[in-house]
Parts: sequence; structure tokens; C-alpha cells
Amino acid sequence: MLEIRNLHARVSEKEILQGIDLTVNTGEVHAIMGPNGSGKSTLAQVLAGRDLYQVTEGEILYEGKNLIEMSPEDRAREGVFMAFQYPVEIPGVSNLYFLKAALNTIRKNRGLPELDAMDFLSLVKDRMKLMEMDPSLMNRPVNAGFSGGEKKRNEIFQMAVLEPRLAILDETDSGLDIDALKIVAKGVNALRSPERAIILVTHYQRLLNYITPDYVHVLSDGRIVKSGDKELALELEEKGYTGLELEAAI
Amino acid sequence: MSTQVDTIESFATREYKWGFITDIGADSVAPGLNEDIIRLISAKKQEPEFMLEWRLRAYRHWLTMTEPAWANVHFPPIDYQSIIYYSAPKSKNDGPKSLDEVDPELLKTYEKLGIPLHERELLAGVAVDAVFDSVSVATTFKEKLAELGIIFCSFSEAVREHPELVKKYLGSVVPYSDNFFASLNSAVFSDGSFCYIPKGVRCPMELSTYFRINAKDTGQFERTLIIADEGSYVSYLEGCTAPKRDSNQLHAAVVELIAHDNAQIKYSTVQNWYPGDKEGKGGIYNFVTKRGKCLGVNSKISWTQVETGSAITWKYPSCILMGDNSVGEFYSVALTNNYQQADTGTKMIHIGKNTRSTIVSKGISAGHGQNTYRGMVKIGKGATGARNYSQCDSLLLGDKCGAHTFPYLEVKNTSSQVEHEASTSKIGEDQIFYCRQRGISNEDAVSMIVHGFCKEVFRELPMEFAVEAQKLLGVSLEGSVG
Repeated sequence: MLEIRNLHARVSEKEILQGIDLTVNTGEVHAIMGPNGSGKSTLAQVLAGRDLYQVTEGEILYEGKNLIEMSPEDRAREGVFMAFQYPVEIPGVSNLYFLKAALNTIRKNRGLPELDAMDFLSLVKDRMKLMEMDPSLMNRPVNAGFSGGEKKRNEIFQMAVLEPRLAILDETDSGLDIDALKIVAKGVNALRSPERAIILVTHYQRLLNYITPDYVHVLSDGRIVKSGDKELALELEEKGYTGLELEAAI
Repeated sequence: MSTQVDTIESFATREYKWGFITDIGADSVAPGLNEDIIRLISAKKQEPEFMLEWRLRAYRHWLTMTEPAWANVHFPPIDYQSIIYYSAPKSKNDGPKSLDEVDPELLKTYEKLGIPLHERELLAGVAVDAVFDSVSVATTFKEKLAELGIIFCSFSEAVREHPELVKKYLGSVVPYSDNFFASLNSAVFSDGSFCYIPKGVRCPMELSTYFRINAKDTGQFERTLIIADEGSYVSYLEGCTAPKRDSNQLHAAVVELIAHDNAQIKYSTVQNWYPGDKEGKGGIYNFVTKRGKCLGVNSKISWTQVETGSAITWKYPSCILMGDNSVGEFYSVALTNNYQQADTGTKMIHIGKNTRSTIVSKGISAGHGQNTYRGMVKIGKGATGARNYSQCDSLLLGDKCGAHTFPYLEVKNTSSQVEHEASTSKIGEDQIFYCRQRGISNEDAVSMIVHGFCKEVFRELPMEFAVEAQKLLGVSLEGSVG
């Protein structure tokens, strides 16, 4: 589904990704871990198409298509979803209206008819239950006045409504207390499917106690220095990033 | 990868689609202004003596005045002697007596603009008075309204047919000596709309005037006078467009509203005069005086405006709240893009007891646009128990534009309440990216945010106008954000 080859990317003059190779197949869950500044979030942003980051070398194939050439909205319509690390507030636009507009552009792209208000509402209610969200949040402006935890939950809730093919979760676990973390993990697990791939970008092993990845990759200085299964995350927890980097250097 | 910054900029490169010129014979006077020109205009309109006298008094007063310089707008000096003060589309007779006599070219123009002039096409229930350059060319639905005693006609016709009403009310809200542009208008105004709603009548349809400047180098000086007698109600709409020209054209209108006891007037404007090109060349100078007088008890005047056009807008639709318990409202969306400048707001003058006013102003600035809100709330000694609530919000798109707020509050008694709230926000690149990551295109994201911002004002517009205004705002902002 996703094929990243020798990916180099920079922000202004600073090269952050220095040759990433990664293959993700449908049905798989990949965890990308690494210390601060290793390029985890940059990778997520590059996949979503943020133009702050310039791709200087390499390629990204998504279902055989050149992802780099696609606009962010086209990627989204083709099924790429990113849960933001810092979801922004959009005053004046209700959550419900926003999500309906998003869902209908994506459905249109898939050749599906637009959902009417009734069908949309019942879908929303169902997914809200999954994420244990307060229904009053839906009539509030997008993310406005949401607590940190509510924002993160709202991201996974949006994912549950939009049903992407490839979901990239950028540090969705950061800033969550244990209860909120469990709800987020429950939501993500419910969305695991043979038709969908998920990339979890995270700093801590904690999230992986609740979402078991098929693969774990360790990023350091813009390169994947080690890949393995879920055991790698535990090893990382024990030795720390520096221990692992030393090993990789030898 | 597509660049979001580019899209912010390219929003400004849209075309003004109402910029066409109608090729039509015009009967114009020579440029310049003097007493002879005023006499000529008055003669052409076969006006009674009192009208000419009034015009001349206004002109003589105007000569003693200087252009106001306090507004936060900048433009080169206007040469008032190079403006043509009267231009009318030529027609077979002196004035069209019915729609069949109106030049087909002109009808085509209005069709292009989407103005339903033919009554048979009028399903929407909007009665239209269309003003082309200086004269009013057609008024629809006149007979039907006349059955209810409603007078809705061009100003010239009102001067001829209902001189007693014109004499009584003309200048009673905006005197000819009021300000530089109002005095100029009083001297040379060529046409406009007149409306009288008799006692106890609720006007069954929206009344509407459509203004269009067509001829080159002309100024448009129209006057609107609306009188709502005791217990009556009227909703009035005003729309405007002009062709694209490299030179600036002056539009100095005056609108006067009078509401008697228990009467209500709702006045809505969608102003889309040519704003000039993206370098700021050309465009209309929209220097307008609009004021309503709540003369009677429990009367209400409500202004709603959506200002997207004009190179410069200078306009403060105001309410004088004389009658006890009278209500004044002002809802405004003003958008400036490219090099447009707007200095707009309102004045709420509380005189009667327990008078109330509400001001909601939404300013949107994009490109190099400069947007100023200027509002005055004045509560007199006798206006005990008066209340005002003002809210001014500014939205910035990009980093080359500006928003300014100048509220003036003057309260002369201790039993009144005045509230003022203001905010400034910016559409950020991160908000746009968030929308795009959810599949929503750049343009849709901007219009979604802008519409969310303007919601409170659009709610006040009559249905069809609200749709029109939303579309217009979308077009006016195209390419300005990303």
C-alpha cells in the first residue's frame, strides 16, 4: 500500500529526513519511535503533504501513485488520514458541519452519494459512542474550547467517521491521561482492519501496551536505524534510545 | 506539492464578472459643476420650483465646505469639475412609460446581472426599481403595490407626483448641509427610489433598488427616501454593480429613512461596485450617507450591509432614536481585498427613553486591504434606560492587510448601559492545512471559515439575498488565502 524509498526532506535549509525506506502493507500496524528531533513528526507531515517540508530526494508510492505529486486534499480524498499532534481550532465552523463537508468530499471521490443529514447524524452518533464523546462537542466550533484530551479523542473520532485506508497518528498519545489513552487505543483497535494500514508515531512505548503493532521502527537522525516486532519497543524501553543507537553504530 | 502560500495570493487574482460595459446611447451633460448644470438637471427632470431652490441652496453650501479628511482612507484629490453629473440612457421619449419602451440593450444588461425586471419572471416576490447611471429605468410591480396604497417609484416621479411628501421629508434626516458628500448629492442628485408605506400596511414583498453605473467619467448621485407611516412594515434591498474602468468613479448617494410610531424598516444592502484591479487601479469611490430616524415610539430601523466592492468605502448607516422605546440595529460585513479600503460603521444616537441599539460589525481584510470600523454610540441626557451592545470582529487573511477599530462612546446619563466587545483573528496556514488534510479544498476551507465568521450578519439578510451575499463573498475572496 505504501512504499517509501530513500526519502530525503528538509524544512527551510535543514535536512531532517536522510534516506527513509519503509514498506507498509494493508492490514498492518507500524509503530515509528524515536527521540525528539529524530524526524518522526516530519515523516508524518510529509506523508500528509504539508508544504513546510520539501522533499529533496526519493519517492513515496501510495497504492502505486506518486504521493509527492498529490495535493493534501487529494491525498485525503484517496484515503490518507493524519491525526494531528496539535489539532487547530477553527472558530465559527461547527464540528458537525466540518466533518460532514469532509466526509462528503471523500465520498464523492469514491463515487458514493453524499450522506443526507439523517444518515450522517446516525453515523456520527454511533462513532461518538465508540469514542465516549460528549455529544454537545459536535455543535461547538472545531476544537474550540476542547481540552487537550478531547482534541485527541476528536481526531480518532474523525478517523472513525472518515474511514481512511491509511491512517497516520502523530503522537496521539502525548498529553493523555491513562483513561483517555485507553479510550483512544480502544478506538484505534476498533478501526484495525485487513483493508486499512495504521502508522503510529510515538515517543513512548506506553501506547503500544494497548495497541499491539506488527512492526516497530526506530528513527534516529532522519534514518530508520532498527526495525523489528513489538519486542523491539520493550527493548527500547529498557535500554533507552541512546543504548540502541550505540548498538546500531557498532 | 501545491503551495498554500500561493493560493492565499492567487485568491486575489479573480475576475470581476460584472465589469462589462453596455453600449447604449446616452444623453449626458458636459463635465463640470456650476449653477447652470444644476438648473439643467432640474429642468430635465421637470422639477417644481422648490426642488431647484433646495438644490441651489445645497450647492451654495457645498462651495463653502471642504472634503472630510478624518477617515482612514487615502486617495488622490478628486477633480469635481471633471465629473459628468448627469447621464441617462437615450430612449424614444423623455422617459420610459412602461417596460416595453425600455431599451432592449438595457434589459439585456439587467438580465446579465440577474435582475428580474419583467414582472412575469418575478416569482421571487421582489419589486425592483432599477437605476442605470442617473435615471430610474423601470419599476416593477407598481400597480400591485398601489392597491395597498404603497408608493414605490423613482425619485423623479415622486417629485412630480407626490411633491407634498417629498417636500415634507426630503432632508429631514440628512439635511443638505450635513456633510461634504451629502451636500454635493443634494445639489446634483439625479434619481433614486422613493417609497411610502401608509398607516398599518405591511408591505407584502421585498422592495428593491438596483443601481448600475455604466457611462464613463460619470458620477452617480442617487437619493433614496423611505417613509414608513404608523404601524407599517417594509423590507428594502439595495444592490449595486459597475463596469470595469481604469479611472475612479464617484458614487455619492444619500439614503433617508423615517419610521413613525410602531413602524419598522429593514434596509439591506449588498454592495458590489467595481473594486479596481489587483494593483488598485480604478474602482468606485463609494462615499455614502445613510441615516434613519426612528421618529415614533416603538419604531425600529435595521440596517444590514454586505460591502464587498468599491475601491474606497466611506459609509456609516446610522439611526437617530427619537421615539421612546425605539430600536436601531446595524449588522455589517465589510470585505477588503487587493488594495481596497473601507472605513465603515454606524452612529446610534439615543434621544428617547429606553431606546436600544445593537451593532454587529464583521470586517474581513485580505491582500493589501485596509478595513476600518468606526462607530459612535451617543446617549443623551433624556435617554434614560437606554442600552447599546456593540461587537466588532476582524478577520485577517494573509499578512499584508490591516484591520482598525475606532469606537466612540458618549453617555450623558447614569441609567444607561453600553457594552462593547471586539476581537481580531487571522486565518492561519495551519487551519487551512487541517481542512485540506480532511479533504476540503483550499477555497472551500477559506469560505467555510469566512462564512462561519459572518454567520450572525447573514442571518439578518432576507433569504435570497443571503445566498447571493455568500456567493459574492466567495468570489471576492477567491485566491486570497492558502
